[in-house]
Amino acid sequence: MHLKYESFVREPLVDGDKTYHQVTEDIISPIEKKPGRMWYVGFFFSVTLLLLGVFSVFWEVYYGIGVWGINRTVGWGWDITNFVWWVGIGHAGTLISAILLLFRQGWRTGVNRAAEAMTIFAVMCAGQFPIFHMGRVWDGFFVLPYPNGRGPLWPNFNSALLWDVFAISTYFTVSLLFWYSGLIPDFATVRDRATTKLRKRLYGLASFGWTGTAKNWQRHEALSLVLAGLSTPLVLSVHTIVSFDFATSVIPGWHTTIFPPYFVAGAIFSGFAMVQTLLIICRKILGLEDYITVGHLEAMNKVIVLTGSIVGVAYLTELFMSWYSGVLYEQDAFKWRILGPYWWSYWAMMTCNVVSPQLFWFKKLRRNIPFTFIMSIVVNIGMWFERFVIIVTSLYRDYLPGSWTYYSPTWPEIGFYVGTFGLFFTCFFLFAKYFPVIAVAEIKFVLKTSGDNYKKKMEAIDAKTTEEFKHELDHAHH
Amino acid sequence: MAIKKFAVACYDDEDVLFPAVKKVRNSGYKLHDVYTPFPVHGLDGALGLKETDLHVAGFIYGITGTSTAVGFMSWIFCSDWPINFGGKPHWSLPAFIPITFELTVLFAAVGMVLTFCYLNQIMPGVKKHVFHPRQTDDLFVVALEINDHTNEEEVINFLKSTNAVETSIQVAESEWWFGRWDKKEPYELA
Repeated sequence: MHLKYESFVREPLVDGDKTYHQVTEDIISPIEKKPGRMWYVGFFFSVTLLLLGVFSVFWEVYYGIGVWGINRTVGWGWDITNFVWWVGIGHAGTLISAILLLFRQGWRTGVNRAAEAMTIFAVMCAGQFPIFHMGRVWDGFFVLPYPNGRGPLWPNFNSALLWDVFAISTYFTVSLLFWYSGLIPDFATVRDRATTKLRKRLYGLASFGWTGTAKNWQRHEALSLVLAGLSTPLVLSVHTIVSFDFATSVIPGWHTTIFPPYFVAGAIFSGFAMVQTLLIICRKILGLEDYITVGHLEAMNKVIVLTGSIVGVAYLTELFMSWYSGVLYEQDAFKWRILGPYWWSYWAMMTCNVVSPQLFWFKKLRRNIPFTFIMSIVVNIGMWFERFVIIVTSLYRDYLPGSWTYYSPTWPEIGFYVGTFGLFFTCFFLFAKYFPVIAVAEIKFVLKTSGDNYKKKMEAIDAKTTEEFKHELDHAHH
Repeated sequence: MAIKKFAVACYDDEDVLFPAVKKVRNSGYKLHDVYTPFPVHGLDGALGLKETDLHVAGFIYGITGTSTAVGFMSWIFCSDWPINFGGKPHWSLPAFIPITFELTVLFAAVGMVLTFCYLNQIMPGVKKHVFHPRQTDDLFVVALEINDHTNEEEVINFLKSTNAVETSIQVAESEWWFGRWDKKEPYELA
């Protein structure tokens, strides 16, 4: 008998009358079926966007960085904006799988697999921007500290941009390992129920020959816990280091100590919004409403309203500090942000990130799925504008009024950005078709404490007095 | 590589598995292994397995990463190619911290995952005998190693008495080998 007590205030994490086998059936069977029409439409649309991106990048590499709208004053435009935006989105997955594991948040089990996949794909998209912003992309490997024939000449390890190279590549590698180590047992489940030869062979390879012995599971648990422990500071370090790209410079509007926590909060904010967008579609199309419940969506909306408020406080702190510093250039940078030619981006950011998420204080709205879906897109638009505001509106009016300028993107920049959406969704569609979208083994692990039917069984026990319960338990053991 | 004979019992709930494992351990039969579809807490204790030292390995990999990063950057900036950055000291430790941290995490994570695969004997291409196709779905499988002198009827009756839902005698490879999962092994065809 399971004697782990879970309060009835907590809603079940798995709805419906599920057995272990039913869990397997529900989550694995979409892999075994032919995908629906919607899947093909979505997939080929994503591939089209990806090809557009490939063409835009080809154009840029062939003709040089001059085909972009960036100039001598605004050296970082859409490229770095998109980089920071995608990296930020890539923070939710590891936050859910690592930090929420350490905090023992049971609801993470339903969403962690898809969120982590999203993280990995978002980081892949993010990586494209600094790489192609290099211009001579064929020399990109110069950022790596390898023994070379130029001295050897090493990269500058004191540079925030080099820290970024290490942070992003480490984050990508560790997230991938964490994700894949969780996938191994689930691939074994797909393999053992496979009816076609090809599926048996491929999932046999992907499962690494996992059979699930007691010792293997013991090591698996130890590995997950330590990887979670390592990923927790890692996920906080990555956006901290991204914020150093700005904070360690002496540009008014960038040179502030508030940047690391402000960026991390914003990253979690946008990451959870993207998780909502994807999971609301996923649970509907794959029929996983019993596993990704309204309770799960509500929990994530709570994170969104919290981090959105932190971001709001950070915006106001920035404004206060620019005035309080007494530095003319700082004050002007913020004045131009709010009232200058880019006023629309500042106010779009303020509305989408600070004002509208406050609606999530209402429980009715937090549990409203169409509203959550719209909000998740609004938040991501807001967070894109935040990065645009930070980057472009700090640069376009610099110390010399003679070099003041206005920047707008050209088509290869827009095409590149659209292309990363193509990459992201192509990967996500393949993931949704070929991978277990929910961690099967982890759901089974929490089923008896958090499943709807098992919680109902506990109701009878819950109604008993302690004496009655103890009496029965003593007799059951004799 | 060793082909052995096994008596296999399948249970449909972990609450049945625990008393069964206890009986099997007291019965004197040689326990080969227990297979579960998800981590069952307390099973390692019930089987008398030691706690894993994987996290110790992780710690060692981690400090290897730390010292690699600090050592490498210090050597480059102080000895191999010293550069003057705005009059700041060559050995500027605070600026080394981000990369040091990242390499610590990277070494620990990569090292641990490789060690995990090595200890569990898993990698792409590895094949192991699966006693029941539902052992990764909803069955908890206990495999006992038996030989030609074992009374098969007796061991099956014993396993049935532990509330097994399914029992069988199987001849199978006991270790791992390289193979394709869509192909049957010679011992399976025999």
